Amino acid sequence: MWRWLHPYAKPEATFHLVQKLLPWFLVPGIVLSVLGLVWGLAFAPPDYQQGESYRIIFVHVPAAMWSMGFYVAMAAAGLLALVWQIRTAELALLAIAPVGAVLTFISLFTGALWGQPMWGTWWVWDARLTAQLILLFLYLGVMALYVAFEDERAGAKAASILALVGVINIPIIHYSVYWWNTLHQQSTVTRAITRLEAPSIAPEMLYPLLVNIVAMMLISAVLVMLRLNNEILRREIHRPWALKYLGIAVSTPAATTGKE
Amino acid sequence: MLLQGRELQSVRGERTLFSDINLDVTSGQLWQIEGPNGAGKSSLLRILAGLLPPQHGAVLFEGESIEQCRERYYYDLLFIGHKAGIKPELTAIENLEFYAAVEGLEFTQPPYELLAQVGLVGLEDIPAQRLSAGQQRRIALARLWFSQTRLWILDEPFTALDVSGIALLHERFQQHLAHGGAIILTSHQDLQSMSYPVQRLTLRYQH
Amino acid sequence: MTDQLTQAQAETQAQAETQAPIATGATTAGTAAVTTAVTKTRQSQRVVSSRKVFQQIIRRDLRVAMRQRSDLLNPLIFLLIVITLFPLGVGPGPDILGRIAAGVIWVSALLSAMLGLERIFRDDFRDGALEQMLLLPVAVELSVLAKIVVHWLLTAVPVLLITPLLALLLNLPVQAWGVLWLTLLIGTPILSAAGAIGVALTVSLNKGGALLSLLLLPLLVPLLIFATAAVEATLAGVSPAGPLALIGAFSVLSVTLAPLAVKAGLRVSVN
Repeated sequence: MWRWLHPYAKPEATFHLVQKLLPWFLVPGIVLSVLGLVWGLAFAPPDYQQGESYRIIFVHVPAAMWSMGFYVAMAAAGLLALVWQIRTAELALLAIAPVGAVLTFISLFTGALWGQPMWGTWWVWDARLTAQLILLFLYLGVMALYVAFEDERAGAKAASILALVGVINIPIIHYSVYWWNTLHQQSTVTRAITRLEAPSIAPEMLYPLLVNIVAMMLISAVLVMLRLNNEILRREIHRPWALKYLGIAVSTPAATTGKE
Repeated sequence: MLLQGRELQSVRGERTLFSDINLDVTSGQLWQIEGPNGAGKSSLLRILAGLLPPQHGAVLFEGESIEQCRERYYYDLLFIGHKAGIKPELTAIENLEFYAAVEGLEFTQPPYELLAQVGLVGLEDIPAQRLSAGQQRRIALARLWFSQTRLWILDEPFTALDVSGIALLHERFQQHLAHGGAIILTSHQDLQSMSYPVQRLTLRYQH
Repeated sequence: MTDQLTQAQAETQAQAETQAPIATGATTAGTAAVTTAVTKTRQSQRVVSSRKVFQQIIRRDLRVAMRQRSDLLNPLIFLLIVITLFPLGVGPGPDILGRIAAGVIWVSALLSAMLGLERIFRDDFRDGALEQMLLLPVAVELSVLAKIVVHWLLTAVPVLLITPLLALLLNLPVQAWGVLWLTLLIGTPILSAAGAIGVALTVSLNKGGALLSLLLLPLLVPLLIFATAAVEATLAGVSPAGPLALIGAFSVLSVTLAPLAVKAGLRVSVN
């Protein structure tokens, strides 16, 4: 059916939809971020075992959670792009990939920062960290594949396929990495880090954490939306609606290419 | 109606190569796609062969979309593109035997006569990579002499052929058309002087 | 066989008769003679069977590979050299080597597999055989599966043959040899299948192996983990059945799903 839809009608509609949705993500995102960080960093009680250094979970855990969530979202966009040939889905995939990669990197970086006081070393082959590292490689693969193509649409399609292959593989990778980790003896300190994320976490710590999780999602979604709309504008720069939106008088196509 | 192109459009990067191309190919017809370099002749052929999805429009084989009847379509299609699909490590005979076999045909004896027909006498046992471009092209085109497919799509079939090769190919085209086959090809050659009628479709270079 | 031949000849005759009117219509009698050199299995109803196409692709590709044998040998020599480098790097103590042997062999096998991987589709892409493969009147997945099978035969079987040598060089205790060999036997189809996906996505780029490795190696982490775990289990005196079953499941999953992804990837690449 998609074939008979005009291929350029879609990005414009998406652009305006995203513009409308943006404030609904941005405002609560900022409010919740401030609330969650102040609550978590200043008011939540220190951990009886880890002292103040545990507070990094208020960044680490949301980043780790959404790094996975955004990979799944990226693969979903890839599926839309491949099966229904929706062009905006290709752009969404490209908008999500770097944001997800940065979330993964944040979770790794904060994990290392946390590990330093906890384990006395920056890196431990802990199951979570290892799985995150592989996830980062998966993100980098998708991005590297896209940029390797000269033709942007071919690159986006290839990246979609890879993202889908990746998302099928992620549960297997996770399972194998966790299993590998239990095979090789685990130090008791390594478990301390996972204890905090267990449901037994104290409510005074849990609520600010939940707020931060929601805030991180909203802020990341805002970044994705901004990237998506920038990309749509860039691709559609010659179309009248884009010029109108940018406030450029529509005269001749030649004048607008000069502007670009 | 053997093959129909409906409102075909192709976009490469930012540039629209062509749009709203309609094409009705019936058996016994030869269609020549003309146009300057970069006008999208090869892209049109690849769209018709189903190798490239059109940006817009559809290709129908006997009234059915080629995506729906893929296997039936390819059973009756022979496509020789810019790259002819001849394995350079294999000899002419090995290459042709493969293409005959996957078409459901079988050589009862090594096809020496066939190779003689296309001017490859004495070169049967030499790997294709040691032959000249024109000779490699002849191996690919030799498929036309045994193929039982009804529709041929040929991208620049006359390139790298000498005068006798071109004459031979024209003769084969004429036979194919007389048997109810159809041909779509791109060529810079003037085919108007041929003994068979030629339908022409001209693509313009679009900026 | 002879039965088939005579039948084919009989059909040639029959066809020559039916072709007679055509021959008079044609400009040269030579062309008619040429046409009769080919038999149709049934007049005007030739049959293209999937099984036959599958066999033909395997036959052709094996033949092509046999004419450029050095391409097959090089990854194998690379594997041997990497295996030789490890004792030089970590010291020749048999206890250390024996402990890391399974991991080293598998990591080296992964790396050497990356070297020759592009062969799956690269040459076919360059000479146009890939396009012709997509235009065969059988499911593309089937042709892709044939390519995967050929790749496995050409790359994994030689590795399986020299595995005892590798195990010997790295002092792997003899009781684990069988399990190591089994992990390679059921694990290498994953390499060929996942490799085909990676190559299908990258074959139109002239980027070489680095990108391919970046795409594929993260996906192959489970294989490495399960395979080494199986060998370690044997060394610890535990049954390796669990990890072996996991490799088997992963292998079946890869080989069945990969052709779908490869097909999609090739569609992108041939444009």
